[in-house]
Amino acid sequence: MNQEAIKDRLTAKFGQDAVLDTTVFRDQLSVTVIKDKIREICRFLRDEPDLFFDFLSFVGGVDKHPQTPRFEIVYQLNSSRHKHRFRIKTRVEETADGLASIDSVVGVWATADWHERETAEMYGITFKDHPDPRKLLLPEHWTVFPLRKDFPLEGTDDTPDLPPQKI
Amino acid sequence: MNEQVRRMEDFQSELMELNLGPHHPSTHGVFRAVVELDGETVVNVTPHLGYLHRGYEKTCENKHYHQVIPLAERCDYMGASSNSLAFCLTVEKMLGVDVPERAQVIRVMFAELSRIFSHLFWLGTHAHDVGAMTPLFYNLREREEIMNLFELSAGGRLMPNYLRIGGVIQDLPEGFVERLRAFTEHFDRRVDEYETLLTKNVIYMDRTQGIGVLSLKDAIGLGASGPMIRGSGLAWDIRKTEPYCGYETYDFSVAVEKGCDAYSRYLVRIREMRESNRILKQTLEKLPGGPIRARQPGVVFPPQEEIYTKMESLIHHFMLVVEGLKAPVGEYYQCIESPRGELGCYLVSDGGPRPYRLKWRAPAFVNLESLAIMARGHLFADLIAILSSVDIVLAEVDR
Repeated sequence: MNQEAIKDRLTAKFGQDAVLDTTVFRDQLSVTVIKDKIREICRFLRDEPDLFFDFLSFVGGVDKHPQTPRFEIVYQLNSSRHKHRFRIKTRVEETADGLASIDSVVGVWATADWHERETAEMYGITFKDHPDPRKLLLPEHWTVFPLRKDFPLEGTDDTPDLPPQKI
Repeated sequence: MNEQVRRMEDFQSELMELNLGPHHPSTHGVFRAVVELDGETVVNVTPHLGYLHRGYEKTCENKHYHQVIPLAERCDYMGASSNSLAFCLTVEKMLGVDVPERAQVIRVMFAELSRIFSHLFWLGTHAHDVGAMTPLFYNLREREEIMNLFELSAGGRLMPNYLRIGGVIQDLPEGFVERLRAFTEHFDRRVDEYETLLTKNVIYMDRTQGIGVLSLKDAIGLGASGPMIRGSGLAWDIRKTEPYCGYETYDFSVAVEKGCDAYSRYLVRIREMRESNRILKQTLEKLPGGPIRARQPGVVFPPQEEIYTKMESLIHHFMLVVEGLKAPVGEYYQCIESPRGELGCYLVSDGGPRPYRLKWRAPAFVNLESLAIMARGHLFADLIAILSSVDIVLAEVDR
């Protein structure tokens, strides 16, 4: 199924309002959907027999700083049965009192587990209902989010090798 | 029951937590896992990653496009040319560069050599992990031949850094084709030798058959790819389903096994080495003449000899080094079949000379997620066999 047809299936099911934006670049579609329905949309894309996106290539984040909403979460999908690919994205914004948050899709694709943990620690995004929200690659005692655009390449004083010593 | 016996029973019902790694010979790098054991049976495995995290993606955001190529090769140093191929293809698609025919064939050559290279070392270390020491010495013999070929072409033996955006850095040196032909002619016999050591070896079969079972449903859900998913019965190879570099013109078959265990993954990789050798033979027949790099000033480096003789070429070269190329605004995902599976590069460009965002879909990282589900219920010694059957490269897992 071509990507336009997949997008039409999405809008038919969730309404025009569910799709915020669509960009086409070199024959690849990027469809931005609303954040609140991400889990239903993912489940729909996985379970419909003619879509059947049972394989999630990755979940990743993009920091659009200083734009708002600041972060994009990217889901790159693939179907083992129909051999077609599709990409959906959603936008999240930091709230005044804490980190940006979005529903976890680990319940839809088990592989999202590590991808979401990595995105969470790198960008400071909370994945709600994640079964194991520990850090994955970074040290536990780091409080910074290195893949954010306002984090300097050379690091800061907040990235010590060892946790602060308790005296 | 006296008190001492009761205490003994309490003691035995307790699970033991064992720390495996980060420095353990079987982890092939710095991988640490906390293993919960009931006696000798594995109850759960919790991997702890990040000992080799270098911030690859952050570094790429601060480099020119051409400067990313050596970094990409250092991600997976076992299949170095596959990695630079994934990156170059992505950038070329974004820019709309057409790579000349000769460069395409040379790239296939290098991708398949790196597949054999990677599988050979995997085979040696995997066999070593389950107690067969001999294969490693045979594998290193052929691996050395490939390293010599890499050295001949570009200087580097492990990470040749041979590919460039738009083609390859220089033409194949004199003698390369002949040496590669000699290699392809005897390599099939060498694979036969490895098979006599392992395929029907009762000890090896006992150590791997029925060990580390990953059902196809779990494999798809967990995002496993490459030999992992082909060992679980799905004939999915990106070279066939979404051909790149002209793979549709080569005659080769996809190795599939239905056993879902470590032994199946072994059989898949052995057959893949034979198929790669078949492709290599075809590249030698096919190899056309012509340029080895596209001509696109401002994007692709001009031919080396022109830099010394033509003013415009010198200017183009200088500008490309100093300012870098500028990709149009957009985003693109390109994936290839690396020795470990779906190796993807998701690139976002804001029109500047550096990638705005580069997400590396590393197959070893994703394949490792299946470790816990495969290891549960097996003996601790089998965990080592299962871990090595995944074929991890820690540099790629941690990035």
